[in-house]
Amino acid sequence: MSNVPADLQYTKTHEWVRTLPDGTVEIGITDHAQHSLGDLVFVEVPETGRTVALGEPCAVVESVKAASDVYSPVAGEITLGNPLLAAEPEAVNNDPYGKGWLMRLRPTKAAASGELMPAAEYQKLLLTEAG
Amino acid sequence: MGRRTPLFELHQELGARIVDFGGWDMPVQYSSQIGEHHAVRRAAGVFDVSHMCAVDLKGARVRQFLQHLLANDVAKLKVPGKALYSCMLNEAGGVLDDLIVYFLSESWFRLVVNAGTRDKDLAWIRRVGQQFDVEATERVDLAILAIQGPEARAKAAGLMSTTAATAAMGLGPFFGREVDDWFVARTGYTGEDGFEVMLPASEAARVWRELNAAGVASCGLGARDTLRLEAGMNLYGNDMDESTHPFESGLAWTVAMQPGERRFIGREALEKAQAAPSRQLVGLILEDRGVLRSHQKVLVPGPGAERAGCITSGTFSPTLERSIGLARVPVGALQQVQVDIRGKLLNARVVKPPFVRFGKSMI
Repeated sequence: MSNVPADLQYTKTHEWVRTLPDGTVEIGITDHAQHSLGDLVFVEVPETGRTVALGEPCAVVESVKAASDVYSPVAGEITLGNPLLAAEPEAVNNDPYGKGWLMRLRPTKAAASGELMPAAEYQKLLLTEAG
Repeated sequence: MGRRTPLFELHQELGARIVDFGGWDMPVQYSSQIGEHHAVRRAAGVFDVSHMCAVDLKGARVRQFLQHLLANDVAKLKVPGKALYSCMLNEAGGVLDDLIVYFLSESWFRLVVNAGTRDKDLAWIRRVGQQFDVEATERVDLAILAIQGPEARAKAAGLMSTTAATAAMGLGPFFGREVDDWFVARTGYTGEDGFEVMLPASEAARVWRELNAAGVASCGLGARDTLRLEAGMNLYGNDMDESTHPFESGLAWTVAMQPGERRFIGREALEKAQAAPSRQLVGLILEDRGVLRSHQKVLVPGPGAERAGCITSGTFSPTLERSIGLARVPVGALQQVQVDIRGKLLNARVVKPPFVRFGKSMI
């Protein structure tokens, strides 16, 4: 069973969003996503200062087998890509909600957040996909 | 639902992730693809390759038939049990499939062909075989296990009777023989020592569990792909197919152009291709960060769009901890190329495969 922390928000494409005290958000992929992808061997994170639209592919996670895009769940400006992942892509497998975060961004003022769902709803989505 | 091997239920029970592979429901990994890869390089692993097809060919003129059917020459098979790797070509020299042929007796040879091409292959073999009165029988009663790694042969032999184990351990590389009701061959697709065992489908699950108990790891097709690519072995459908011939697929060593009077299917097309070579298959090691994948564009130094090539297989190499691949590029000496990965041009070094053999880096 996948780990789905209650304090985060989620997307249908298996990203999670954490709102930080300074109003920026931290973004990663879910436990379910990392498990489906398998052992990650390369992660490409966006450069600081890049502006990303809602749903825009902004990071790439590659397992041994395949490359997958990560879509930005929020529109905004990238404040930091996780510098750890160049050397330790496996952090996304081992700690998807902690050390394995992908990027932080400052949401644009009118950022639409209607696409995000709470943990309970994401749990339900996983059950539907498994069924 | 796809086609299933006799081990499908066991794979599910072992928690494998099942994917579609050429119409077959196959285990891609059990726990960790990289872990399974290392198990084979360092100790031993077992793969279910029952989706591949053993075809028995019987008839008085079966050797003559194979000399016509295959680009390699079965005249090289002089001792019963000896195996040969070959391409089967169409008239245009395109690769219909790559396969292993075992010489069992003058009236009995066995082929092992790929899963994705087995129906097409059988139809072709039967059509060509008519002229030689050769009967082709698909051995659907057999399961095929590949037991690979430095400890694989000893661990597999541990499951056999004393006489069978002695016979199996006595096999030279690329030899096979029947031991009890198994056919054991010292062949594989990983760059390691090991056996490929054909056995009655009903025994497969029991043998798999016994191998696990003996310390042989269950391995999926994901690890099989990284192992074969490190070993510099081609994958049919990726690195060659009906639109490419063996000379531009790194497979010239498998084509017997001598003796010149052997008129195998595809020979005339290959003679023309040999006279005017245009493309070659090379190994690449990515020097920048990233992962080579099939279909990425390769830029070769020199003017003109015709200087472009293409990755045919690419992956992250767990043994070398960097990305490796095979690429089809224009002929000529090359040392360095660039690969277009999502719009960025990354540097790759041209090398001669294999990348890894018997657990050691070759580059």
